Amino acid sequence: MSGRESFLLDGTPVPFAPGETVMQAALAAGHYIPHLCYHRDFKPHGSCKVCTVRAGGQTVASCTLPAQPGLEVESATPELEDNRRTLVQMLFVEGNHFCPSCEKSGNCLLQAVAYELGVLSADLDHLFPSRPIDASHPDLLLDFNRCILCELCVRASAEVDGKGVFALSGRGIGKHLIVNAESGRLVDTAIAATDKAVDVCPVGVILRKRVGFAVPIGRRRFDVAPVSAQAKGDAPRPPREKERR
Amino acid sequence: MRVDLETAAAPAGLRRVAIDPVSRVEGHGKVTILLDADDRVHQVRLHIVEFRGFEKFVQGRPFWELPVMVQRLCGICPVSHHLAAAKALDVVVGATRLTPTAEKVRRLMHYGQILQSHALHFFHLASPDLLFGFDSPVEKRNIVGVAAEYPDVARKGVLLRRFGQEVIRVTAGKRIHGTGAIPGGVNKSVAPEERDALLADAYRMIGWSREAVELVKRLHFANVGLYNSFGSFRSNMLSLVAPDGSLDLYHGGLRARDEAGRILFDHAGYQRYWDLITEEVKPWSYMKFPFLRELGAEQGWYKVGPLVRVQNCDQIPTPFADAERREFVDFGGGQPIHATLAYHWARMIEMLFAAEEIKALLHDDDITGNDLVVTGTPQRRGVGVIEAPRGTLIHHYRLNAHDQVMRANLIVSTTHNNQALNHAIRQVAKRYLDGRRLTEGLLNHIEVAIRAFDPCLSCATHALGRMPLAVDLVDAAGDTIGRLRRDGDGGCVDAAAAGRKDGP
Ligand code: SF4
Ligand code: FES
Repeated sequence: MSGRESFLLDGTPVPFAPGETVMQAALAAGHYIPHLCYHRDFKPHGSCKVCTVRAGGQTVASCTLPAQPGLEVESATPELEDNRRTLVQMLFVEGNHFCPSCEKSGNCLLQAVAYELGVLSADLDHLFPSRPIDASHPDLLLDFNRCILCELCVRASAEVDGKGVFALSGRGIGKHLIVNAESGRLVDTAIAATDKAVDVCPVGVILRKRVGFAVPIGRRRFDVAPVSAQAKGDAPRPPREKERR
Repeated sequence: MRVDLETAAAPAGLRRVAIDPVSRVEGHGKVTILLDADDRVHQVRLHIVEFRGFEKFVQGRPFWELPVMVQRLCGICPVSHHLAAAKALDVVVGATRLTPTAEKVRRLMHYGQILQSHALHFFHLASPDLLFGFDSPVEKRNIVGVAAEYPDVARKGVLLRRFGQEVIRVTAGKRIHGTGAIPGGVNKSVAPEERDALLADAYRMIGWSREAVELVKRLHFANVGLYNSFGSFRSNMLSLVAPDGSLDLYHGGLRARDEAGRILFDHAGYQRYWDLITEEVKPWSYMKFPFLRELGAEQGWYKVGPLVRVQNCDQIPTPFADAERREFVDFGGGQPIHATLAYHWARMIEMLFAAEEIKALLHDDDITGNDLVVTGTPQRRGVGVIEAPRGTLIHHYRLNAHDQVMRANLIVSTTHNNQALNHAIRQVAKRYLDGRRLTEGLLNHIEVAIRAFDPCLSCATHALGRMPLAVDLVDAAGDTIGRLRRDGDGGCVDAAAAGRKDGP
């Protein structure tokens, strides 16, 4: 790694390759910055704001911030962590998240980030939206109650699967995930259980039917180690590995 | 003897007394008593509000969530709901026969639950009344009092329960709200080191369970008149039995007997339980009243739970528990035992059975196997029945073509016992309360009868083993004329009359 340029993350030098974002370089070096809408296989989106840091006198999303030599980035400050907690709490109350009976529990990024940030309760009034599930597809199920609007499925379906099955509609608090079909139902789209879009959802919205609780509690991704200890697993894959996929 | 105090002949002008246990968890029970000016009892009713809305709540949910979701129904025996739902969904995924590993791991989980629940009930909840007497000082009548005077009993109770919880953790993944049973099987088997750790304690648990049976027997024999008559009533009986007639709390066919012990039906498949059992609604209670269809609502009500199961089976497949069963049955002298307090004795025989079953399953290599799940031709309807600690538990689901739950019907143990509980407290009210001034000790008699069934409304009492009660005396005009209140730590105060009913 010698000879590579680096920036400072909370005072620690982090080397980076040209074109990398602060998030990508930090994760590759094993430094965790909380995030939800960032995914190593997709272009940064910058919408959840959980990854917000202070750099160069500004408050910016680290997943879209290009790394620059000598840049001083603050991430683990009490104020930034506080803001992150509030963002996560808002996501919890805007949807219907009932971890104890959710099959994604232990594999859910929202839950893992909440634990990481020490979110123990919502501290805000729940909105209890009414969002019926879409079970129309024979192999897949959509439980809209848990959507955090990260648009990963939108991106995956459009960019990888070439199908454009999902989209976001509405604005502000009314923003919600929709299915691109005249009927609005998943069964009337071209989605297949093997699509990238099916695997990419960080929470429990897009689910394969009838597999539910096949993996026991205790053996799920975030049961094994907290999300912060798995930073490298979220780092961008080296180009060759990506091709093989 | 049947006592009919369900509805007073002339309710006008009677005083109403409400025994209102505070509910912190699911169940909420209340006893109302109508008294006349001479304190004579005219009407006694147990009202239970529980599980409302659950059937609605699961509508539209994907079926594979149910075994995990239904554990929220009850904080006391979540494993029973977990397994009953999983059994119903075995039918839905077409798993007509589970793999040996799946079936045995589930059995292990279930017997762990029976052990921990029966231990909790007997040692924490019932033993203070039984060891010290129903009228003993309230300060003493709790698990702390038991620990002070009978430290060995209390300690073993705690450790028996902990062992049961450990069996659950190993099989379900967590002590509470595990995910072990899934439609068509289980998601994990038992690791050899987990098995060995449990085996190291298993024999001691059998020994302690035998001591517990001895203790409860001693209490029964020491006061035979009271134990045989207290809250006693004759009724039909219902439980699952194994194909060979053995006691089996995990699976089997339905067997019903009449009050004299004659078989009404036997080895009946439960997939169409509604051909055998139906439910009546009464205007004064949220909880339905199930009865055997062929006998009708008047004659067809029955009881469920340990007292029934130990007598309904032909034998118990483990040696120590079967020897105890024989002694129990002999005690009845050829007649079924209907004594409400004999529930405790039967419950300890079942705890012994559970301990012996756990030991046998731990020695079975199948529990460490890898063949976990089977599926077959999917169905749109499934019924799962299990003998939960408190009695027969029925889960019934109908799905639409998209794997969503359309309709759920649950008949929980306490609902099966609804009429029986009412009979027990009417019996006690008639015998002990009639014509006397109410005191805390007298009210406790009502609770002792309720507690013998270990109904789910006792959720609220498990922490300290007692129900906080508020009893209001209301005159004919509906005004509160007196109040007796007992708080959670046993203090009993005569609160002055207040116009406002500040119930729990
Ligand atoms: S469905 Fe999942 S992947 Fe798609 S926007 Fe919602 S949370 Fe993100
Ligand atoms: S991870 Fe950067 S904005 Fe969502």
